[in-house]
Amino acid sequence: MTLFAGHDLACRRGERLVFAGLSFGVAAGAALLLRGPNGSGKSSLLRCMAGLLAPIAGTQTWNDRPIALDADAHRGRLRYLGHQDAVKPALTVLENLALWQQLHGLRDDAAIGRALAGLGLGRLAGLPARLLSAGQRRRVALARLLASPAPLWLLDEPTTALDDDGIACFARMVADHRAAGGLVVLSSHGDPGVAGEVLALAEFASPPETES
Amino acid sequence: MTAFLALVRRDLQLAMRQGSDAALVLIFYLLAVLLFPFGVGPESNILARISTGVLWVTALLAALLAIERLFVSEYEDGSLDQLALLPLPLSLVVLAKVLAHWLLTGLPLTLLAPFLAIALGMDEAGYPVLVLALALGTPTLSLIGGLGAALTLGARRGGALLALLVLPLYIPALIFGVAAVDASLSGLAATPHLAILAALLLAAIPLCPWATAAALRQALE
Repeated sequence: MTLFAGHDLACRRGERLVFAGLSFGVAAGAALLLRGPNGSGKSSLLRCMAGLLAPIAGTQTWNDRPIALDADAHRGRLRYLGHQDAVKPALTVLENLALWQQLHGLRDDAAIGRALAGLGLGRLAGLPARLLSAGQRRRVALARLLASPAPLWLLDEPTTALDDDGIACFARMVADHRAAGGLVVLSSHGDPGVAGEVLALAEFASPPETES
Repeated sequence: MTAFLALVRRDLQLAMRQGSDAALVLIFYLLAVLLFPFGVGPESNILARISTGVLWVTALLAALLAIERLFVSEYEDGSLDQLALLPLPLSLVVLAKVLAHWLLTGLPLTLLAPFLAIALGMDEAGYPVLVLALALGTPTLSLIGGLGAALTLGARRGGALLALLVLPLYIPALIFGVAAVDASLSGLAATPHLAILAALLLAAIPLCPWATAAALRQALE
């Protein structure tokens, strides 16, 4: 059954209509892969789903209830990962994870331990994040998803800068998340190691002169 | 509430770790105030007469100097997205960041002021009211400055634009802050002026974070 869905969404960036008439549905335990060339609106769609960007048309629903009716609840059940890692260089890996957990109103050291182990960060836990490589910072950002769990993951090119082992770790954490009934929407150019329904954004691109 | 305090603590911790602008602001304040005896001349009665104004105007400029970068690093490293998605309302996120910022800059400025007042030869009767007025006024400056910082986020030459936006809004706090100290120096009651400063602060506490949050959402779109 479809848990998270969007109907007839349209999004505008500046003067340009990025996509229109876009609908999607994600069931519990399912993954939705956003595909499309640069500028086709993958990031915009993910930001719409997260509520960071307001679509100019269409509705999104969770469990058949429009998410706009309860934006707070929607924020609480999603975790968004954008292009930037949001990792503070001055804090250690462990502090970075603990911080976001606290900000989400949680306190669960075991979950942080699992997150560090799940992404192979165990040895780096006490290191200031400014010493990390781009791939390691990305791992910390992904570990945040495990340290403060939520059912809906919105991931914008999550495997950027990851090595093969990192991609394997990511595939494993997504599989575990889905096995527990979690939802994943992700955009990717390469192979993220995740199988799922594909949404090709190029189909919803609007020709330049349709809208005025 | 725990999330609010965690955010304040985080900002303080980050500032301590990476040596924030806070120390620079205090040094700026010190130097700017100490320039006046050189510029105006060492004649103590002139210095004493302008001391209140000097201390307030430089405090205002120092506050402006520091607030510009309030959201820049959050914006650049993607943390602002994450902050906007917290269960905590964005306006409270803003309030927490402004509070941390005030603890790092406004509070030390307030505590430093009486020592600079000595250097300017201000009559010591004015010290308590000077500290009190700055304690009530600088949080308002931080709150208004935060709004300006959010509005200029992502703009080129944000700093100059920020000054244009924010300095006019600082005028009420300046007027009543100076009036309070002058009143106490001439033996009049400072309470009415302090009450107005407090009223400005009470108005700024709900209004500025709310408007700042709206500006931040705009910046995130």
